[in-house]
Amino acid sequence: MSSIDRIFEGQMLDETTWLELGDFCARLSVERNWVFELVDAGVLEPRGPEPEAWSFPASALIRARATARLMQDLGVNLAGVAVILDLVEERRRLMRRVEELERLLGG
Amino acid sequence: MRFKDYYEVVGVPRSASQDEIKRAYRKLARKYHPDVSKEKNAEEKFKELQEAYEVLKDPEKRAAYDQLGANWKQGQDFRPPPDWGKGFEFSRGAGRAGPGEFSDFFSELFGERSPFGGARGAGRGGGGFAAAGQDHSARVEIDLEDAFRGATRTIELRTPELTGDGHVVVRPRTLRVSIPPGVSEGQQIRLAGQGSPGIGGGPPGDLFLEVTIRPHPLYEVAGRDVTLTLPVAPWEAALGETVSVPTLGGSVEMKLPVGARAGQKLRLRGRGLPGQPPGDQFVLLKIVLPPDSPQSRQLFEQMKREVPFDPRAGLGQ
Repeated sequence: MSSIDRIFEGQMLDETTWLELGDFCARLSVERNWVFELVDAGVLEPRGPEPEAWSFPASALIRARATARLMQDLGVNLAGVAVILDLVEERRRLMRRVEELERLLGG
Repeated sequence: MRFKDYYEVVGVPRSASQDEIKRAYRKLARKYHPDVSKEKNAEEKFKELQEAYEVLKDPEKRAAYDQLGANWKQGQDFRPPPDWGKGFEFSRGAGRAGPGEFSDFFSELFGERSPFGGARGAGRGGGGFAAAGQDHSARVEIDLEDAFRGATRTIELRTPELTGDGHVVVRPRTLRVSIPPGVSEGQQIRLAGQGSPGIGGGPPGDLFLEVTIRPHPLYEVAGRDVTLTLPVAPWEAALGETVSVPTLGGSVEMKLPVGARAGQKLRLRGRGLPGQPPGDQFVLLKIVLPPDSPQSRQLFEQMKREVPFDPRAGLGQ
């Protein structure tokens, strides 16, 4: 069992970490076909020409997990999830811009 | 343990139909889903909502819950009746969320050890069956300063564990995790072997921590870049003075360009969050007038007389 005294050092997964298709599926405990569907819907954008050579950035794990949660919890289909994720990203970008502009204008 | 008023959580009367419950749940789920919501405590509220729906959507569980009576109030001290679950015939449908996600109230009444729980996973150890444990993910919120310097965070997890007799029990677990310098919003930290234990000698799963950075009073953060809005006096901007600028690593001196404009963005290369390559700090200039005084008025009057300038020349009036 882990103890409170021990400090765990994790491995950072950033934009420089790429996972091959098999590893990516294993990390998510999903079948390859599910990942193919996400790629077809434009939710995930792999690097590489064909599935055997595909790799995904570690950030795609977050996107894939969010996709699974949204489909399960809200009853949204894959096309709907793609729209939601894009809009959420767009909103995040705009909120940053709004905050920046508010600081510029306000006190 | 505390009583949970599931009808109050979903926002429907006790007389609501299954369809009404579903509609109310869907509406609140859209509002509080942690992947889309901007509400405070969205994650906590969504879990509460899922727990309530897990019971109310299932006619058997709902009927049993209703038998507790209508007089219980949310948060009231509660002990389950000794004859809990008697007289019901339960189908052992597996709920979607792990028991680790839900309250003690839920675990006691509807969890694995209740009459509603199937002893899932029992007997799996035999026959040479082995499987890797599940990966888990959790969010950890840190300050921007911690992202810059690195920090140690204590994380509380509730992890479902399989006991020897095939039951699932929820164990609270505390982990101290070192957050390395240069972690950015949405980044993941993988703690190998800290997920669910494996089955039949399989390796344990991993724990993935998703990092969120709390809003900072001075800086906006985008990836490893940070932006600071810097107030400057009109003459500092006009003359291109050297000014002191706070950065995450301490103040630095920055020379403004002559004739700097409000809204102009200047870059301090490599002064953002550390990394390969490190992020930049952007400085957004905000020109601030000095407070009104006889001296400043006198000088503005002088400029008005002596500086030929029409700021509205481009408006074509």
